[in-house]
Amino acid sequence: MSALQLSDVRKVYRSGDQDIAALDHATLDVGDDEIVALVGPSGSGKTTLLSIAGGLLRPTSGSVVVAGHDISGYEDKKLTAFRGSEVGFVFQSVNLVPFLTARENLLVVAEMTGKPKGPARSRADQLLEELGLGGRSRNLPDQLSGGERQRVAIGRALMNEPGLALFDEPTSALDTEMGEQVMTLIRTEVKERGVAAVVVTHDTRMTHFADRKVEITDGRLAASGG
Amino acid sequence: MRIAIRELVRRPGRFAVAGGAVTVLVLLLLFLGALLDGLFLGSSGAIRINDADVFVFSDDARDSFLRSKVDGELAADVQSVEGVESVSGLGLTLLGVGIPGEDEIANGAIIGYERGAGDLPQPPLPGQAYADRRLQDLGAGVGDVVLVGPLEVPLEIVGWVTDSNYLLQAGIWVEPTTWRRVQNTNRPDAPVGDDQFQVLVVELEAGAQAATAISDIDTVTSTTVSLTSNDTVFAIPGIREQNRTFSTVIGVTLFVVGLVVALFFALLTLERAGLYAVLKAVGASNRTLVAGVVVQAIVVAFGAFVIGGVLTWGLSLMIPPSVPVEFLASRALFVLFGVVITATVGGLVSLRRIVAIDPASAIG
Ligand SMILES: Nc1ncnc2c1ncn2[C@@H]1O[C@H](COP(=O)(O)OP(=O)(O)O)[C@@H](O)[C@H]1O
Ligand SMILES: [Mg+2]
Repeated sequence: MSALQLSDVRKVYRSGDQDIAALDHATLDVGDDEIVALVGPSGSGKTTLLSIAGGLLRPTSGSVVVAGHDISGYEDKKLTAFRGSEVGFVFQSVNLVPFLTARENLLVVAEMTGKPKGPARSRADQLLEELGLGGRSRNLPDQLSGGERQRVAIGRALMNEPGLALFDEPTSALDTEMGEQVMTLIRTEVKERGVAAVVVTHDTRMTHFADRKVEITDGRLAASGG
Repeated sequence: MRIAIRELVRRPGRFAVAGGAVTVLVLLLLFLGALLDGLFLGSSGAIRINDADVFVFSDDARDSFLRSKVDGELAADVQSVEGVESVSGLGLTLLGVGIPGEDEIANGAIIGYERGAGDLPQPPLPGQAYADRRLQDLGAGVGDVVLVGPLEVPLEIVGWVTDSNYLLQAGIWVEPTTWRRVQNTNRPDAPVGDDQFQVLVVELEAGAQAATAISDIDTVTSTTVSLTSNDTVFAIPGIREQNRTFSTVIGVTLFVVGLVVALFFALLTLERAGLYAVLKAVGASNRTLVAGVVVQAIVVAFGAFVIGGVLTWGLSLMIPPSVPVEFLASRALFVLFGVVITATVGGLVSLRRIVAIDPASAIG
């Protein structure tokens, strides 16, 4: 089964009296434990694609199937529940809750979606350990380095055991060395758990961490070797 | 829920402005309430202390003690009415009271009565009086002989009663002939006869209907207008207006509490738009987020109540006894529920804004 199937997805933004097609005829199939790198210049529609795949945005037309659920027609409430259980996000701007510790930033996901505390705690501790944050779990975000914050965000995305993890330029704020570290971690974590992932990047040096590379230009996808 | 509490604990400064404003309003509410209760209780104690069900006024009295006058022989007629347990007489005269050793003349309500009830003992001997504790606050002591009225009728204080005042004048309770002597000496313009009272105090048998008894009593006598104890209290001149005025001010103050909380959390929600978008993106429902705001609003209100309560207690120690304030637990409870409920509603005002936040903005 595919983790993600986009079929002929189109997304049109209305801006003033002009229509901008941010995505056009986008068709993409991501396998169960596949890592896909989505590469393209700024404004090409990467974030839009990720948002649609994760149920943050609805497509104008086309269908979006995640882990067998066709979410294209879901209303807000169902989409919220879907996001809480089926996908994990790492946002471009890390967006941790500033007054919660690293560990609490992971636990908040379980809390917000009403998951039982006990298992959530052990999962959070395990994730932090694996991400090399075992000693930093009681630190607040502003006591962490950029790389550490990024790793907390990765832990948060994996907290609710999603089948699909979506990363929006996870290394853009990091230097090359740190970026490679983070990408290695993403790959290890995702592969170990059998989670599928789409990693958006415009940094072509990072694409070798993926199983496959997909290029996007002006809202159109084009497969390429990788 | 936990995230809301954690924010309160770790960023208390964020809530200080709203908390401070609500604390001041709580202080105001507690003082307004205490003043209302003090005025109300201080005006009506002489009626409530009788533990009576019905008060019988003469039909020309227009519900006023001072205008009313009933003959003692009416008591037998009233006693004959079905459901009446006991009937006794009551008379009341407002006069200045000279306390030995005090320069100020105190305000007193000299009340002649026939029947003790609850906290009110049976009438003392002629020339003796049970005085309200208020008179003690004003400098009187047991064994003192106070001089009542311009013609200075002497009364010896032999004990205290509490919450027995009328129109904020200290209750001074005497047996009927002593009251008539006080009245007739000082108010020759309004003399009372040997067995006359101002009103009759009626106690009903358990289970008897006050409304039925009232109409039966007034039919039997044909010269009286009877009121329930509660109606008698509210017939005190000015008391209704006083209650309404204070209730309005208290209501408006509570409304301001709601407004402050609503405004504060509306602004906070704007500030938190980014955070809420992220939480929504990771699966938080609108309900969870709004519940967090409401929890914070309730905690702020409760904290403000506690601090406001302590401040009120501190300030109350500085209030001179001449200011009629009563701090009642029931009033504090009313203020607590009032602020918590208005704060809840105030917090709920953010609902629309929270619902409107687009989770997609988290990723943009
Ligand atoms: N909310 C929006 N309203 C209008 N236009 C938008 C909106 N979001 C994105 N766009 C436009 O859609 C196109 C694709 O944007 P985006 O998916 O963010 O690209 P990328 O992530 O590759 O930089 C851009 O032209 C952008 O200006
Ligand atoms: Mg983008």
